[in-house]
Amino acid sequence: MRILVVAEHDQGALKGVTLSAVGFARALKDAEPEILLMGHQVGSLAEQLRRYGPVWVADHEALRLAAADRYAEIIRRVAAERQASMVVAAASTFSKDILPRAAALLDGTMGTDVVGVQEENGQLLFLRPVNAGSVVATVALMGEPKVLTLRASAFKSPEPGEPQEVHPIAVDPTSLPNLIEVVRRDSKTSSRPDVTEARVVVSGGRGVKNAEDFERIIGGLADVLHGGVGCSRALVDAGVTSNDLQVGQTGKIAAPDVYFAVGISGAVQHLAGMKDSKVVVVINKDPDAPAFEVADYGLVADLYQAVPELIQKLQPSP
Amino acid sequence: MKILVTVKRVPDPDQKIKLTADGRQLDLSGLPCVVNPFDAIAVEEALRIRERSSEAGEIVVLSIGAAECEEQLRTALAMGADRGIRVDTPAAADPWNVAAIVQAVVAREQPGLVLMGKQAVDDDSNQVGQFLAARLNWPQATFASKIEFVDGHAEVNRETDSGIERVRIALPAVITTDLRLNEPRYVSLPGIVRARKKPLEVLSLEALGVALQPRVKLLGVTIPTSSRAGTRLRDVDDLVQRLKELKVI
Ligand SMILES: Cc1cc2nc3c(=O)[nH]c(=O)nc-3n(C[C@H](O)[C@H](O)[C@H](O)COP(=O)(O)OP(=O)(O)OC[C@H]3O[C@@H](n4cnc5c(N)ncnc54)[C@H](O)[C@@H]3O)c2cc1C
Repeated sequence: MRILVVAEHDQGALKGVTLSAVGFARALKDAEPEILLMGHQVGSLAEQLRRYGPVWVADHEALRLAAADRYAEIIRRVAAERQASMVVAAASTFSKDILPRAAALLDGTMGTDVVGVQEENGQLLFLRPVNAGSVVATVALMGEPKVLTLRASAFKSPEPGEPQEVHPIAVDPTSLPNLIEVVRRDSKTSSRPDVTEARVVVSGGRGVKNAEDFERIIGGLADVLHGGVGCSRALVDAGVTSNDLQVGQTGKIAAPDVYFAVGISGAVQHLAGMKDSKVVVVINKDPDAPAFEVADYGLVADLYQAVPELIQKLQPSP
Repeated sequence: MKILVTVKRVPDPDQKIKLTADGRQLDLSGLPCVVNPFDAIAVEEALRIRERSSEAGEIVVLSIGAAECEEQLRTALAMGADRGIRVDTPAAADPWNVAAIVQAVVAREQPGLVLMGKQAVDDDSNQVGQFLAARLNWPQATFASKIEFVDGHAEVNRETDSGIERVRIALPAVITTDLRLNEPRYVSLPGIVRARKKPLEVLSLEALGVALQPRVKLLGVTIPTSSRAGTRLRDVDDLVQRLKELKVI
């Protein structure tokens, strides 16, 4: 069974979640994972990826930015040529924009945010969270190719192996659709790891009053723990934080070793994005906050007192 | 410009979901239903686009499903949409078939823009807008947090994992909405009264020439439970101690 894994990268760096998607593909029976890399001047990424499987590379100026029409068309061509029975990628805004478009071009079938797979009488069944993760559905996907976005936290990255072949794909820009022009992309300047990849994530909610407090308290705790920062939707709506920090049903999925929910009440939509963390620490002044129900450790306290004290006590002694 | 907006009936996201007694399906009986929050944002955006434009344009709202979906269409009409269409289907259609149905309605209505929620908060699939755009060979702009019209094009800010991306697309196009695009207005009492008189057409799949062909089959559901200890800590020192045990520090 040939499985095409679509790689994701950002400003020259491979997204680690891509490897979880390779891990998913490798674990299937009779799987032959192949990797598709699209972009411009991505030779060094191909060198990294070939240690995880054969790599097909579409490298062209016309693919510098990920426009859904072009990327979906390249996926269509490669999936058809390679007769892939599955096309998969780690779930992200990149894959959720492009893979459904490719699925439609391929006349395939699709599952979003897949967290597990089972085999039953030779048929693959997929598990995926619905209703903001309060329910897990088991679905069969009829037709081929089966196009999946995968929750990276549910699948292990494989160890790198012997380098496999790299196959360049000829790209003729005049044969590509030209429906979407990417005018600009914000380039992220944060020195902190992304919530999807950090080992420790400290998230703040409406209990944090403003941007300075967020930076000092949430950012400060993240920094002593070398972690990333996240937030609830309430803070993005209030303009305190930027949308790329939002964790939850419609934000990012964080599954770190330790997740701190600070001044976050614990709405299902938020829990949807952090439930799979190994250890959850909740700091909230309301002892009845629903977040405590999903906590390993709960501290009932005012975050404005508890967190600065915690930062100070975690500070490496001079 | 005529705008087509899709409106899905979903269980109120603030309600707790239960399973039926046999544990095989969701028990939706008695659950209050609402307009999918992302679709409400799409309706609101259509109204705002018309309010700031000089040209008149019709706003048509579309829902797919059984008769009770008309409740959500009436809500959209009460917000200010002009006309409703319900495509009658016996059971929930999967994203593939929803896209096929919307495509058939687009062929009939010829809108200049289709606005849809980026995902429905029950199924959480986030597929239909992209499917539709591909089927129509139209441009797409997903996860929109700002929509502007410049020289007959739409310029859209998209919320991505690495921040905001701005795209420029020709019309007609499909745009899917994210949470921060706007805050939907409340329906007013006069709005509700007016909505009762607005046209609401019911179309059959036969009339649209669409035959459902399921691509996703739901085989079972489970409700995950939290198995976390929920240990209450005494104070910050207690927390520091635990973090040491966890080797975080
Ligand atoms: C369609 C839809 C999608 C959504 N998607 C998401 C999503 O992806 N992510 C998300 O997070 N939300 C999402 N939401 C919103 C979600 O429902 C909640 O409204 C949101 O998560 C609440 O954020 P919060 O916990 O920060 O704020 P609140 O619910 O207001 O909670 C604030 C908490 O802070 C505590 N607090 C206040 N002051 C202090 C203090 N000084 N010290 C300690 N504790 C304090 C309070 O006790 C309270 O528990 C979505 C909603 C909808 C309808």
